[in-house]
Amino acid sequence: MSKLYVARSLRVAARGLDGEMMIMSGRDSTLFTLNRTATILWQAADGITPLDEIVQQQICVKFEVEPTVALQDAESLARQLAGHEILQISDQPIQQPTLAAGESR
Amino acid sequence: MSGLLEEMTEKARKLNIPLSVQVDLTYRCNERCVHCYLDHDDHGEMSTAEIKHLLDQMAEAGVFILTLSGGEIFLRKDFFEILEHARRKLMFCVKLKTNAIMIREPEAARIRDLGVESIQISIYSHRPEVHDGITLVPGSLKRSLDAVRFLKSQGLRVILANVLMAQNMQDYQDVRSLAAELGVESTLDPTITPMMDGNRSVLDLGIDRSALRQVFRDPALVGNVEEFCAIAAPADDSTLESLPCSASHTTCYVSPYGDVFPCVQFPLPTGNVRKQKFIDIWRYSDQMNEVRSIRMKDLTTCTSCTHVSSCSRCPGLAFMEGNMRGPSSQDCERSFAKTGVPSANMLAKKRLAENLVQIRTLSSVVGAAGAMA
Repeated sequence: MSKLYVARSLRVAARGLDGEMMIMSGRDSTLFTLNRTATILWQAADGITPLDEIVQQQICVKFEVEPTVALQDAESLARQLAGHEILQISDQPIQQPTLAAGESR
Repeated sequence: MSGLLEEMTEKARKLNIPLSVQVDLTYRCNERCVHCYLDHDDHGEMSTAEIKHLLDQMAEAGVFILTLSGGEIFLRKDFFEILEHARRKLMFCVKLKTNAIMIREPEAARIRDLGVESIQISIYSHRPEVHDGITLVPGSLKRSLDAVRFLKSQGLRVILANVLMAQNMQDYQDVRSLAAELGVESTLDPTITPMMDGNRSVLDLGIDRSALRQVFRDPALVGNVEEFCAIAAPADDSTLESLPCSASHTTCYVSPYGDVFPCVQFPLPTGNVRKQKFIDIWRYSDQMNEVRSIRMKDLTTCTSCTHVSSCSRCPGLAFMEGNMRGPSSQDCERSFAKTGVPSANMLAKKRLAENLVQIRTLSSVVGAAGAMA
């Protein structure tokens, strides 16, 4: 199975609120909120770390979840977010300018 | 406001997070709009580094929506550097307010590349003689509309903002048609804000009661006129416990000099980011907390008013009239124009005026007595 790389879109607005991420689509200003798991995926989406590593290193250690199931869910979520143009996905590393992940206290 | 944004706003309020902040980058302007409330001289604007530091602090504090306004924001030579910092580094949802006369194709493309959410542009009329007569800059309507087209061609969300005055009252429908023709949104606001030094003479430029009544009965603007102009149900306990507006709860305003206020239309100084951290002003300023403590039940005069549950009362305009817990006359006029029922404030003023007439009668009696002596 080929690796999947994920990167935060340059065109969205994002901010953490009480552990969840608010994301506004750059395409049509639609607002999304990500739950805690999706927020972890978003924050780790640097375009360089493959999704399976993000799942293993960030999600499986924080939630009691079977790695295969977690990866399937993460892939599905990544594709959904890419459909809304708030995440980019590729089978190659994604090069882009350094981005913050919209964290706040 | 969308349901989700409303939900997020309520969450931010409970957590005391300033979700939405307007920062005026400058008060300098290349137009001289007759109704403008600003002093356009530069009294020591924040530097690029100071603004970037402020934006860093705001992102850390949880600010999501950042409105950059002025003055004319494009007069700052570092505007794109600030915008790039706000978008690329801090991922704010950025809205711009501008007259757009300095936006040409390259600027429009750059705004698109930086993922700005919307650009609000002041357009007062579809007729150059009226628009330019308000901005006092010949050719400004053409330049602003050219900019609208450049921005629109980049796929950006553009909003034409029209302030309604006696001078342009007859043109608002044509401005709306123009917006539709250009494929952009439009807003209409009859509010004129007093000058920052307290001078209220600009209010004379506003539309009169009959024009306001006409606007509120235009179905193209308000939808169902009967519903829009209906007298609201009496206030219940939940209305009286509710907040007058979002100022100091989830929103605030920062001037080009670093002064923080509850809102752009609420000139109560609460602190300065050159001396204190933004978050400390937001959380601990006595003035911010005083505004935050006010509930509808605390309003003088307004709690006994027929319109209390439907009024658009602006606490900032009330503050500029002398009492942040008092009525805002402009909003009383709106409620009256909608329903035909005078507000408690209007009735109180009328009683006061009647008393003044009695005083005049008394003095004329004294005068008569003096004449007899």
